[in-house]
Order: sequence, then structure tokens, then C-alpha cells
Amino acid sequence: MDNLQILKIAFYGASISLIIVGLYAVITKRNLIKIVLGLSIMDNGLNLLFITIGFVNNGTAPIFSPLVMEKYKTVEAASQVMVDPVVQALVLTAIVIGFGVTAVALALVLRLYRHHNTTNIDEIRNLKW
Amino acid sequence: MKKLISIIFLLYIAYQLFVVFYAIPFGTDEVRSKVGKFYLEHSPKDLQVANTVTSIVVNFRGFDTLGEVTVLFLASTALGSILFRRREVHTRLSHLRTSVEASSIVRVTGRILFPMIVLLGAYVFIHGHLTPGGGFQGGVIIATGFLFLLLAYRQFTIDHKTIMWVESLAGITFAGIGLVGIFMGKTFLENFLGVGKLNELISGGIIPLIYIAVGFKVAAELTGILDTILLISITVDETENQTEKNG
Repeated sequence: MDNLQILKIAFYGASISLIIVGLYAVITKRNLIKIVLGLSIMDNGLNLLFITIGFVNNGTAPIFSPLVMEKYKTVEAASQVMVDPVVQALVLTAIVIGFGVTAVALALVLRLYRHHNTTNIDEIRNLKW
Repeated sequence: MKKLISIIFLLYIAYQLFVVFYAIPFGTDEVRSKVGKFYLEHSPKDLQVANTVTSIVVNFRGFDTLGEVTVLFLASTALGSILFRRREVHTRLSHLRTSVEASSIVRVTGRILFPMIVLLGAYVFIHGHLTPGGGFQGGVIIATGFLFLLLAYRQFTIDHKTIMWVESLAGITFAGIGLVGIFMGKTFLENFLGVGKLNELISGGIIPLIYIAVGFKVAAELTGILDTILLISITVDETENQTEKNG
């Protein structure tokens, strides 16, 4: 088992377990704030999964800084060792959207708390049918 | 029992996900998308932008970023409308916030660190096309500076009218720069300025301008969101305590 294999198992394992931990919190927890936290953890797991897919062995960040240009001279040679920038741009978008979702969800929780004086979804009868 | 079932179910999902992703080649050149290779080649050549992620976010997928900024704006608007409270109630409750005093360590550190945090944030979004970072990251850093002040000085209030103006002007700048591209006879968000040289501060045409606007917008929006949530949550606690005392 070489280094790359270990990296692969570690990163995919970490991101998938983050997603599963978040999903577990969403399914089993009864506290609304914990459910929102679970969603947030799932979000982070997905972001890590995206970044892992774009990884290139021995790759650098997709930035043509002066040091990189000095080492590889041309743009073509430098771009050969860089990781995929598309997933990084997608994750940048996803982080911002995730923040917006978490903020609005927490605001709704606050509103529910103000109305029902509890954050336990079992006690909020209006949610049941 | 319910927990056991859900754990088994989740473990099964985890196993299936892992099997699927394990089959994908990892770390080799073939996983890189053709789009990614195109961006990597054309960002330093056509746009002279060192940070490829920035050139994707602001130029190649600039319209997408405009939508993203709109989502953030919608989130802050939704927050304001969900946590709506009438103005007289708001002013009647806001003195409760000053009743809790932060320790002197927090207050002094906040005063010293605040300008540095704002400077770091400004650096991050002005150099978004050269170094890791950009408008969103810089804006978040500046918002953390304001959060520090809000936690340290309870009498520190944020004027939501100023925030609204900064936010609107930054948004109009973003959309306006995009519209100038149309008036120049090209497409929306077309890079109409000269691109300059790679790894210089003034390079990349409209990319630094847009990222500066995004930085201001994100900083204003996040500060507004933090202020709304903090004020509301503190006053909720305080009114709880008061009703308990009274009742």
C-alpha cells in the first residue's frame, strides 16, 4: 500500500464519515439547533469530498505565483502540476451558499424558540400531522 | 431501536458511497477535467491572472458569482424579515444588551486587534487575483472584526442604514461593471480593461474591481447578519430572565 492509496482512503473516508455524522444528527437528534449543526457538518463533508476529487498527486495550488513560474518557466509546464481549479471554485460557491442556509435556518430556529419556548421538535406540536 | 436502525442504514450508505468513490482514479492526471485544463491554460495567458480559482469565479463564471452574491443578499434579507421586530420594541430592548459587560482583556484586545483584522481583510480581497483569497474570504475576515467589537463592547451598535448603503453600492458596482461590457458591444461581464502583466497588483482587468466590490458587499452583509442574530438572541435571553423574575 503506497502513500497515494493511504491518502485516498483517508480523505474519502474522512469526507464520507463527515457526511454520515451530519446525516445521523439530522435523523436522530431532537434538538433543532443540533439538526442545523448536522446540516452544516454535512455541508463541510461534501466540500471536502469535492476537493478530494480534484486532487493531483504532488500537485500544487492552481496559482501561478512568481515562485512557481521561476521553477517551471512556462505556463504549460506549471499547469501540469496543478490541481483541478474547477472544483475549488465550485466549493467556494458552496461554502457561501452553505453559510446563507445555516444563517436562515438558525433564524427560523430562533423564531420557533421565541414562539414555543423550546427547541425540541417533539414538543413543538404544530410540526406534527 | 430507532437509533440502531438508523446507524445500520447510515453505515450501509457510507459503504456504498465509499465503494463508488474508491473506484474513481485518484491523484492521477486523468481525473482533471478538460474544463480545468482549459482554465489553467487560459487564465494566465488571456487574463494574466495568477490565481486560477479567482479568474474562474469572477471572470469565466462571473454570472454565477453574481447569483451567489444575490443568494447572500437574500439570506440577509430573509434573516431581517424572519427576526422582524417593531422599531419601538427594538429600541426598548436594546438597552438590555449593555447590561452584560465583557471582561477588560476582551475589550482591550478588541480595540487593538480590530484595525489589524480590517487591514488583513482588505489585503485578502485586494490581492484576490494574486494570492489565495478573494472577496468572500476578505469580507468574512472583516465581519469577524466587527463580531469582535460587538462581543467586546455591548454598547457598540451597527447602523443598518450604513450597511444597507455599502451593500447596495457594492452590488450596483458589480452589476454596473457587468453592464459596461454590454455597452462596449460585448457580452455581460466582459473583461473590457487592459489585462496588464502576470503577478502585478494592477492586472486582470475588471477582476480586482469586482472582487473589491464583492469584499465590501460580503463584509456588510455578514456584519448585518451577525448584528441581527446577536442582538435578537441576547434580548431573547434577557426578556426570558425578566419574565421569570416578574412571574
